[in-house]
Amino acid sequence: MQRLLNFFYEYRAFFTFLLLEVLCVWLLVQNNQYQGTKFFNSSNRMAAGILGFSQSTREYFSLREINEELGRENAQLKTIIERQSQTGVAALTGRDTIIRYDYVSAKVINNSVAQFKNYLTINRGKDAGIEPEMAAISIFGVVGKVKSVSEHFSVLISVLNIDEQVSSVLKRTGNFGTTQWDGTDPRIVNLLYVPRHVEPIIGDTVVTSGYNGIFPQGILIGIVKEVKLKDEALFYDLRVELSQDFRKLSFVKIVKSRLKPELDSLETITIGAPK
Amino acid sequence: MNRSGIYIFIYFVVYLLVQVMLFKQLVLFNTTFCFFYVAFILLLPIETNMLVLMGIAFLLGFFVDIFYDSLGLHAFSLVFIAYLRNYWLGTITPQGGYDAGEGPTLAVNGLQWFLVYSVPLIFVHHFILFFTEAGGFSIFWFTMMKVITSLMFTMFVILFLQYFSFDRRR
Repeated sequence: MQRLLNFFYEYRAFFTFLLLEVLCVWLLVQNNQYQGTKFFNSSNRMAAGILGFSQSTREYFSLREINEELGRENAQLKTIIERQSQTGVAALTGRDTIIRYDYVSAKVINNSVAQFKNYLTINRGKDAGIEPEMAAISIFGVVGKVKSVSEHFSVLISVLNIDEQVSSVLKRTGNFGTTQWDGTDPRIVNLLYVPRHVEPIIGDTVVTSGYNGIFPQGILIGIVKEVKLKDEALFYDLRVELSQDFRKLSFVKIVKSRLKPELDSLETITIGAPK
Repeated sequence: MNRSGIYIFIYFVVYLLVQVMLFKQLVLFNTTFCFFYVAFILLLPIETNMLVLMGIAFLLGFFVDIFYDSLGLHAFSLVFIAYLRNYWLGTITPQGGYDAGEGPTLAVNGLQWFLVYSVPLIFVHHFILFFTEAGGFSIFWFTMMKVITSLMFTMFVILFLQYFSFDRRR
């Protein structure tokens, strides 16, 4: 016994090292799980406060860009209103979509595009009704989904995260695929699993499919920029240029799907609980 | 000991805040990071107890992780080099040994020694960090490029600050 204790004491540095590293690996694994780490992320009050302060300082230097973006968003909203008023109230087919989704606008206080696993922090949380698994979009396209929320802040998984997959569809041909980032260029994502027989062309629009009930159907993801088909490959290599430039992201909208609980419970009954 | 403890605490907070408020935003070409906080572990006094060193490294890494939303990642890499540090210091002891009470700094030991001391450790740190984040070696060369360019950027900032404090010391 004495010798055993001596042994541990002799190598105490190594054992402490081992212990700490195991703890770190445990934290890593926890964090990678979908709703892991409720508290120790940038949505906790102090971290978010510091990040918000540093963001508001930086904002002064990019006011021009933010203005431009808001201006463009305004213009786009005006076209939508214009289009709707021209078609008349009777032809307003979006009745069910209006009921299905609520939107919460939020400001981005922390954003990164250069890591492999990028996250965003926004300044709205539980108090605005945000919950994990809600979708985040901007006026230009998809942004990500909510990972965890605190009282006043939330952390979003960006589309620029090598673990994040978005169910998407090629608008022109109607074929489904999965959008996933490869970790290199923050402007480009890949559209996977588009089979050989489809003929995608450069300039095709890629939108969300709405299949998993997180993203509404038909939210713009980007434009196909590069089409490659290797001789023996089953699927195309499609490079898609994101419609939202993540480096200039300052406002997002959180989509609250009112019918998601209903959809989920129905699917649970028919096809079993999700993994 | 108590007084140096307070100094270490103040430096800890300063390094952490500078890292998360300034250098977190300073990413060049979307690939080149500056993980300047590593210098805090590298520059602690030579006779620092290894257990204390690893404890501090874990805390610093943990807090950096909170801001980067990458819990465990920075802590893992930093504890790793905190463990290696004292062995590495023992291996590259200059002739005549280290002066008691001095930190392993550029001012005390010279540029060449400092480079030999810091470059491998920071390389190991960045290597573990980026490859763990990428989840393996699937995009090897891109990740390697991130490691090398970030190493240069971090080294540049650390050397710059070392020269800065070098002047003040004399």
